[in-house]
Amino acid sequence: MIRLEKRPQPSRVWSMATPLVAVLATMIAGGLLFAALGKNPVEAIRTIFWDPLFGEFAFYYRPQLLVKGAPLVLIAIGLSLGFRAGIWNIGAEGQYIMGAICGAGAGLAFYPADSALIFPLMVVAGALGGWAWAMIPAVLKTRFGTNEILVSLMLVYVAEQFLASVSLGLLKNPEGFGFPGSRNLQSWDAAHNAELITGTGMHWGVVAALIAVIFAYVLLNRHMLGYHIRLSGEAPRAARFAGVNPTRLVLFCLGTSGALAGLAGLFEVSGPSGQISIDFNVGYGFTAIIVAFLGRLHPVGILLAGGLMALTYIGGDIAQSNMGLPSAAIQVFQGMLLFFLLALDLLTNFRIALSKPEVV
Amino acid sequence: MDLSAINPVLLVASLMVAATPILIAAIGELVVEKSGVLNLGVEGMMITGAIAGFATAVETGSPLLGFFAAAFAGAALSVLFGFLTQIAQANQVASGLALTLFGLGLSALMGQSYVGVKPPQMSDIHIPVLSDLPVVGPILFGHDIILYFGIALTAAVWALLKFSRAGLVLRAVGENHDAAHALGYKVIRIRLMAILFGGACAGIGGAYISLIRVPQWTEGMTAGVGWIALALVVFASWKPWRALLGAYLFGGVTVVQLNLQAAGVAIPVEYLAMSPYVITIIVLVILSADKSSAPAALGRNFHASR
Repeated sequence: MIRLEKRPQPSRVWSMATPLVAVLATMIAGGLLFAALGKNPVEAIRTIFWDPLFGEFAFYYRPQLLVKGAPLVLIAIGLSLGFRAGIWNIGAEGQYIMGAICGAGAGLAFYPADSALIFPLMVVAGALGGWAWAMIPAVLKTRFGTNEILVSLMLVYVAEQFLASVSLGLLKNPEGFGFPGSRNLQSWDAAHNAELITGTGMHWGVVAALIAVIFAYVLLNRHMLGYHIRLSGEAPRAARFAGVNPTRLVLFCLGTSGALAGLAGLFEVSGPSGQISIDFNVGYGFTAIIVAFLGRLHPVGILLAGGLMALTYIGGDIAQSNMGLPSAAIQVFQGMLLFFLLALDLLTNFRIALSKPEVV
Repeated sequence: MDLSAINPVLLVASLMVAATPILIAAIGELVVEKSGVLNLGVEGMMITGAIAGFATAVETGSPLLGFFAAAFAGAALSVLFGFLTQIAQANQVASGLALTLFGLGLSALMGQSYVGVKPPQMSDIHIPVLSDLPVVGPILFGHDIILYFGIALTAAVWALLKFSRAGLVLRAVGENHDAAHALGYKVIRIRLMAILFGGACAGIGGAYISLIRVPQWTEGMTAGVGWIALALVVFASWKPWRALLGAYLFGGVTVVQLNLQAAGVAIPVEYLAMSPYVITIIVLVILSADKSSAPAALGRNFHASR
């Protein structure tokens, strides 16, 4: 008889191995899905995972890896802090939108000035916008004990409506011939988040993501606050006795993840996307949840997971244009990845033991 | 702006229609949470139910068959959640989120060829004299059968939880799974059944949106109704009749803001459209002070070590 036996401590080997096994399992299950859709599974998987890196047009796709990976990593790093402490911010998409709106709005207020201070101002405003949006669930949770999952998620829908409102009204390009959407920030040098080295895809968002990874690593491994975060997640009772202040922790975790998501939004809107428009957001805030788990809530893991997830986005686009693979198939693929990961986590925390049925 | 164009009788009748998907999904989730499981995948199961029901109804021409298919699809998706949380002992919050993300993708994939298709209509019931009564008729006796099913379901779940032995066992499992296990109840099995029920209800609720409320298929059409249903369970403090009340409140807000949009009130459309979500938050804040009625084992996994 097969029995599950709880390991005294989570297995380190399996904790590292499960993401890899999960990716492999997803490739197989995804291949079956693509086959069911009438596409050649081997070709589809190759198009998604191989072509962007080593294919004929890889020189074009490789920079995209940084462009798409940076916001995912930036958001996921913030989320992972909260997830570790059992604080569930799942409204990063809303904080991303609000960061972009606040950042772009702060910049556009000075249009068409030409000052080196405008972009830094936008960065600060973007971070503050995301932070403020995340503070709503944080304050409601600490003051009234309201569930942060539901509030942060509801605020995504509010943010989406607000985005529609500003791109049709407040931030609409006055010279845009009545089309919705703000001025294009790419054509205004003072606000453009341009590539730092041409042709690499490296923009300020990538730099910020790398800094966030390092900061999170130091915080979690070398700092008292990081220790408190881990303690609250793994042993809430012990954390209480150790004098961890839960209110401060909630405010810090939600605030940080909101600010990082806001930054990601600002870098996106001033760079790759270029303008505030009704649908400039493409769901990075939700995909980042998968990235955070796939990276085992560990900063370095998240960096790798962000790259992998960016790969599925780019590869998915290629597969869509070359093979006619529907874009939703990639969404399913990403969802499956999280499923496999969660299921395989069983092996990290439990040992599968074979035992003789007991004689009663 | 012309507020007199809003007909109060039609308003109440459409309020009940708007409330039904939220109600059915919330009742399902209420049972799941009563068994001590927090399934955050309601949105994913609803949208999957919406497309499964829609596709089946279009292909077979029978909306009723569509609802059965939707219940099946929702339950099938909830099996994944059940496996993850009950067998593989995965974190319930993470698994629920996974279910939602997966369901949104899956539904978009399944629904590609159904965009813009018109589903077969579900006819409203018509009781000779009663349905023709002036005000009461359209409000009480002129709806489709699923709407009445939702109300009957509420009553059934209330009675089951309050008066039956099965309800008592379910509540015991949700309050203290160790004690229930010690008494010989199969905690995992009971929870799995509750999860299946929740999935089927969410599926029906989703199909109600795509087949009756809207009725057509668009990607991501549930637009957070699943999450509102989750909030509604908290709002209702895990009591079925209060869920009904809450669903009608949210249905009312949705319908009133739609009517105000149509009447051309001076408030921008976007701000009206965000009102149901804002009101959900406000209601959550007001009611979250009292957590005493939450099932004690909510969100905690059970593993019998010996």
